[in-house]
Amino acid sequence: MSKADIIAKLRQDLLSLQGLRPASDPLNVGLGLIESAFPNDTFPTGAMHEFLSDTAEDAAATYGFIAAILAPLMQLGGACVWIRKTNKIFPPALTAFGIRPDQVIFIDQSNDRPTLWAAEEALKCPGLAAVILEIQDISLIASRRLQLAVEQSRVTGFIIRYKPRSLHTIASVAQWRIQAYASVSHNGMPGLGFPRWQIELLRVRNGKPGKWLTEYMDGRLLPVVSEAAQIIPEQNVRRKIG
Amino acid sequence: MGQRFITIWFRHLKTDWHINRRRELASIPFVLAIQDYGRMVISATNIEAEKRGISAGMAVADARAMVPSLEVQDDSPDLAVRLLRKWAEWCIRYTPFVCIDGEDGLILDITGCAHLWDGERPYLKEIITRIRAMGYDARGAIASTIGTAWAVSRYGTITPIIEPGNELTAIAPLPPASLRLNSIIIEKLHKLGLSEVGSFMTIQRPALRRRFGTELLLRLDQASGMQQEIVIPVFLPEQYFERLPCLEPIRTRTGIEIAVQRLLEALCQRLQAEGKGLRKAILKGYRIDGEIIQACIGTNRPSHHIKHLFHLFEPEIGKLCPELGIELFILEAPIVEDAISRQEAFWNAATGSPGDVKVAELLDRITSRLGADAIHRYLPDQHHWPERSVCTASSLEEQGTITWPEDRLRPILLLSSPELIQVTAPIPDYPPMLFIYRGKVHRISKADGPERIEREWWQEQGDHRDYYRVEDEQGKRYWVFRSGHYSDDQQPDWFIHGFFA
Repeated sequence: MSKADIIAKLRQDLLSLQGLRPASDPLNVGLGLIESAFPNDTFPTGAMHEFLSDTAEDAAATYGFIAAILAPLMQLGGACVWIRKTNKIFPPALTAFGIRPDQVIFIDQSNDRPTLWAAEEALKCPGLAAVILEIQDISLIASRRLQLAVEQSRVTGFIIRYKPRSLHTIASVAQWRIQAYASVSHNGMPGLGFPRWQIELLRVRNGKPGKWLTEYMDGRLLPVVSEAAQIIPEQNVRRKIG
Repeated sequence: MGQRFITIWFRHLKTDWHINRRRELASIPFVLAIQDYGRMVISATNIEAEKRGISAGMAVADARAMVPSLEVQDDSPDLAVRLLRKWAEWCIRYTPFVCIDGEDGLILDITGCAHLWDGERPYLKEIITRIRAMGYDARGAIASTIGTAWAVSRYGTITPIIEPGNELTAIAPLPPASLRLNSIIIEKLHKLGLSEVGSFMTIQRPALRRRFGTELLLRLDQASGMQQEIVIPVFLPEQYFERLPCLEPIRTRTGIEIAVQRLLEALCQRLQAEGKGLRKAILKGYRIDGEIIQACIGTNRPSHHIKHLFHLFEPEIGKLCPELGIELFILEAPIVEDAISRQEAFWNAATGSPGDVKVAELLDRITSRLGADAIHRYLPDQHHWPERSVCTASSLEEQGTITWPEDRLRPILLLSSPELIQVTAPIPDYPPMLFIYRGKVHRISKADGPERIEREWWQEQGDHRDYYRVEDEQGKRYWVFRSGHYSDDQQPDWFIHGFFA
């Protein structure tokens, strides 16, 4: 056995000791290059993912990214529960991501306590493909409860922290931030190109954080390689109006 | 076994109610009066007033002349109906079929109920003594027809219980008024010296019809049972319900839980045998102080799963206050639907569709805690107008009548109402070059459109909308629209309506 094999084997053992169970048949969620940031090079399903967003535009981009991941998760016919507070996601838009909007069950609740209770109950339900929770602030303890529920049921959970008042750590396998990025029209066609998102993986358990620029095209997230070097969006120049 | 009825006559329903609220009224002459063409007319009297010769229908001024100390209070027209409805509700503990009879009585269909109280005599005694204990003067009678029971309860002197077949002998010595006739016929009968029912009962029918019309014959037939009488119950008994009378009043949570468990077992067994499941269940508890307390649950798909339904009732049980105790539990299932059999559900369970049992039970739990309006599932609607393009589904299995439209791009985040923006846009129909939304300037680098959506004129009036998908320099995408056309005297308003991913 070569040295590299031994190290790979030890890495695997370490992961399993840390409580990371590899899924029996890893599901390809179509993230491509980004999946290499995670242990075992697979997107962890059956875990909690955390998304940060501060503006409505960011939230829209985050919804888009989640919908892109959700589509393969729901491919097996599972339903999805979406617990929302203020932002109203428009169901017909989900068809563009390959999701049947009637497969998504929305729960509207404005108070935090019942919201967290509903999220925990939903995450405990093994019949669901995914649970999305939109919340402003969530404590570490509350998020740990959700994490424990997920470890039992293997449901994939997404927490969207919209305009959080503090950026404390919560129990999650990965922390993301999705922002819109200027699109490029293909073949010189006028109008809007395919949506581009700048995906930041701020924190990932046992993995490598990173930053990517991707384009969502034909139901797949494709990395934009050529412009990856100049990924930071240029600061908007202040101009005087009027 | 034939039908049996009880009629209960509240002799002083309205005055008794006032006396129960003000005890001192019991010992003085007291009447209720109502305005009638500028004078006050007595509508109800108590026993003390009746002893002094005052009766309903007299003018208050005349009665005051007879009894100067008469206490008069205003009558409210709906009081009698309100009280009778309450009594009808109370009587449900004795029979499920209770009707209101006029302004002072109740009719109870007690067919098959009396044996639970060891026969008709103890049954009637129990009802009447309990009504009297609550301060109401009541008389009751049991007979095989409503007409006879009515007559005996008002005018009977010998026995309140008329055995089947004895109807005619029972009403024979009673006055004609006991047949519920109108005053003209009663007066005619008295003029002819027919002061007992027995004296004209045997006269040939054509002769009676010629002199008194068909009403007399109808009432006679109703009393004797020749003619069926139809009455409408106050509460239609549910098709699916279970009762659980308790020997001792139940006061503890454990007691109520056991009761719910037993009722659910009985009801679910029946539902399962018939291949049905309940969508809504109501638990009613009849307290010994006459109040009714109830708890209600709903399910998202028809269910006859005892454990699950019990879990739904659990948080509701805590909200019930048994006070002195509950003596009767009733579990009703007002909405019952066909349930998919267990075997099919097993195959569905693998797919985890919204109709899956586990998901349905999860949603039931959420509904019972957060309320039914917290859960939404959307279906496409046949409207292009964005606000109306989706409708909420009423059940988990419901499928849309049309498929989801895929040819139009829609924003993933839609504002609940469009917000006004300031734009700089070239005419006639170009997308804006920049727009100001919430004080922030967005310079537009790319745009698609316009997509014109007309208002549905059969629903509302107003301008059409020209929608543009625009992208600003940071790549943020918006859905903006111009409301209406450009014209010489007026600039159309621009709005933002959503955000694209």
